[in-house]
Amino acid sequence: MTPLPGASPEMLEQLVADCRRLADRAAERVGGRVHLMEVCGTHSHAIARAGIRDLLGDAVRLVSGPGCPVCVTDAGQIDLCLDLAERPHTILATFGDMVRVPGSRGSLAEVRARGGRVKVVYSPLEALAAAQQAPDSEVVMVGVGFETTAPTIACLVREADRLGLRNLSLLSAHKTVPPALRALLAAEEVSLHGFLCPGHVSVVIGSNAYRSIANDYRTPCVVAGFEPADILLAIRMLLQQVAEGEAKVENAYRRAVAPEGNRHAVEAMYSVFAVGEASWRGIGVIPKSGLRLRDEWSAFDAMARFALTAPEVQDHPACHCGEVLRGARLPAECPAFGRACTPARPLGPCMVSSEGACAAEHRYRAA
Amino acid sequence: MTMTRVKDEAIRRTSPGVERASLPEAVLLGHGGGGRLMQELIADCLGVLGPANGLDQPNDAACLELPSGERLAFTTDSFVVSPLSFPGGDVGRLAVCGTVNDLAAMGAQPLGLSLGLVIEEGLQREALAQIIASIRNACEEAGTRILTGDTKVVERGAADGLFINTSGVGLIAPGVLLGGERARAGDRVIVNGPLADHALAILAAREELPLQGDFHSDCAPLNDLTAAVLEAGGNGVRALRDLTRGGLAAALNEIARQSHAHVQIVEGAVPVRPAAKAACDLLGHDPLSMANEGKLVALVAPDRADDVLAAMQAHALGREAAIVGEVKSLDECRVTARTALGPTRIVDLPSGELLPRIC
Repeated sequence: MTPLPGASPEMLEQLVADCRRLADRAAERVGGRVHLMEVCGTHSHAIARAGIRDLLGDAVRLVSGPGCPVCVTDAGQIDLCLDLAERPHTILATFGDMVRVPGSRGSLAEVRARGGRVKVVYSPLEALAAAQQAPDSEVVMVGVGFETTAPTIACLVREADRLGLRNLSLLSAHKTVPPALRALLAAEEVSLHGFLCPGHVSVVIGSNAYRSIANDYRTPCVVAGFEPADILLAIRMLLQQVAEGEAKVENAYRRAVAPEGNRHAVEAMYSVFAVGEASWRGIGVIPKSGLRLRDEWSAFDAMARFALTAPEVQDHPACHCGEVLRGARLPAECPAFGRACTPARPLGPCMVSSEGACAAEHRYRAA
Repeated sequence: MTMTRVKDEAIRRTSPGVERASLPEAVLLGHGGGGRLMQELIADCLGVLGPANGLDQPNDAACLELPSGERLAFTTDSFVVSPLSFPGGDVGRLAVCGTVNDLAAMGAQPLGLSLGLVIEEGLQREALAQIIASIRNACEEAGTRILTGDTKVVERGAADGLFINTSGVGLIAPGVLLGGERARAGDRVIVNGPLADHALAILAAREELPLQGDFHSDCAPLNDLTAAVLEAGGNGVRALRDLTRGGLAAALNEIARQSHAHVQIVEGAVPVRPAAKAACDLLGHDPLSMANEGKLVALVAPDRADDVLAAMQAHALGREAAIVGEVKSLDECRVTARTALGPTRIVDLPSGELLPRIC
């Protein structure tokens, strides 16, 4: 990642000092602690790693939202993956983050140890090669991720079609970020004074995508990059808005994010996917927040091909991932955190995904 | 690490009233990652062999005292890398260097190695010949030889091309006392060069990952470097550890546990090449947890640290050596890193398998 140009130690110090000063003013304005939510697993990770919470003081509470794609995937979907991986002549291709997440009866890592074929891919196009190399097997790509991942998965489907591959399909659990932010604000469970908007997702959808949120809910949105200076800059912009009583979209990651986003990626995504409802762990079903294959691509839909229905699965009773994902609880406020639930023995996905808020907190702050 | 400590910790981390997540029934790939899962596997399954059998041996090699008073270092290691060859080395070179480095970390020079080959039917003779040639070359570099060997061929599918097991015996120089339990407050933490290149070279060599950045494994025998370190630092050198699976994070956590020490590194001081840093960022990996095959960490008394650093930097395998941290106290067992912004963070033991993230 390119560091923020010119982020000297003095500049970092200045950013921290600005944030603390603005935090007091913002707290005065809202009459209590200022709640800012980051909605990106990579931000959660970077914030914990750099120790940014420690620097901001008590006037600001930084909470994590539904920003980790694996974490927001509901347990029924994980069980579908286990089911597919256990079938003979089936290869489940997945991003590595899914491998350790517990479903109702173990994880993909355990299925793999019992002989299930689970292929960890870095790029979705590896699933294409796997399908070509194993013509007698069915390769199912697990489509988990936000607008960052969906365009490349769309390319996978189009490429499979072009090559006439009939043994490759997609289990799509793709989701889109803005509807989840609206759902959190509409629910009013947690008071939120601003969103630190995800950098990678915003590269695709553009900073304009948050306008209606800022306008409809009077909530500031600032797109942030991933270096400590990027994040501090975005927090400073959020606090400034809160202190001034403003609510607009700003972009603190201009070197990567354009207001209109990446048109090619968005077109690729919607050429293959249509908007539908999606079930989010901890939040529930959110209308227009999911990406399902368009009818003309239904031949690649694993749900149809294998006649699957997502089972209703209860989360582990001691698991509070849902509250963590809604920003209602910080990881360390979960009674299982670091005790019954650790990265080696996770109860829920937030502790095991490398983008999970609990994993970040455990790894960098509380191990 | 001792087995009792691992178990104590498992108990401590389970609060009353909250059920502990159940253990998976089968051995998982993550159990081989050199992290917390592996410690648990060793404690749970191999513990019955008892402490007298040396499985709680926390250092890189066991130390055997002979009636003559001379001390031998003894170690064994298995190599199951895929692909068999990669930029900067192959499984043969890896096997020799890995075993020599385990001995070197005890302050020993190798007397000789054993070589066990498990060959999968179908392995090309030419590929095997190349690997054997690099075993010979690596032995020459390290000034050692293969003393005994064993070769088995198994049917296709029962191994992945070639598995190698090597054991090594080395003579520890008189007066040298090294061990992770010897850390003292104020000791400096020194590494001999940039981290993570080996793990990235392996990842890049796997066809499915088109990583650009010219990653070469750092695979090299370190026994000449450790001799130079010991000569420069004398008894000021408390511990040496080669930084293989689990990387610097695992090695420092092990030392912290053995000495009940708080080890603190300065994140910005740890040498990592920019391309390696970028690749790790992209893949969601921490350079501190990535495997190396030609890197070591030394804990050195403060008054000898500069001498050791100079000796490393004068050696071909330590040109980019750096002091990266120190032992803060012996009051608590943890490893922390001071970040660029000033706060500290935990440097945890990696939990298991290295897995790429989604975005």
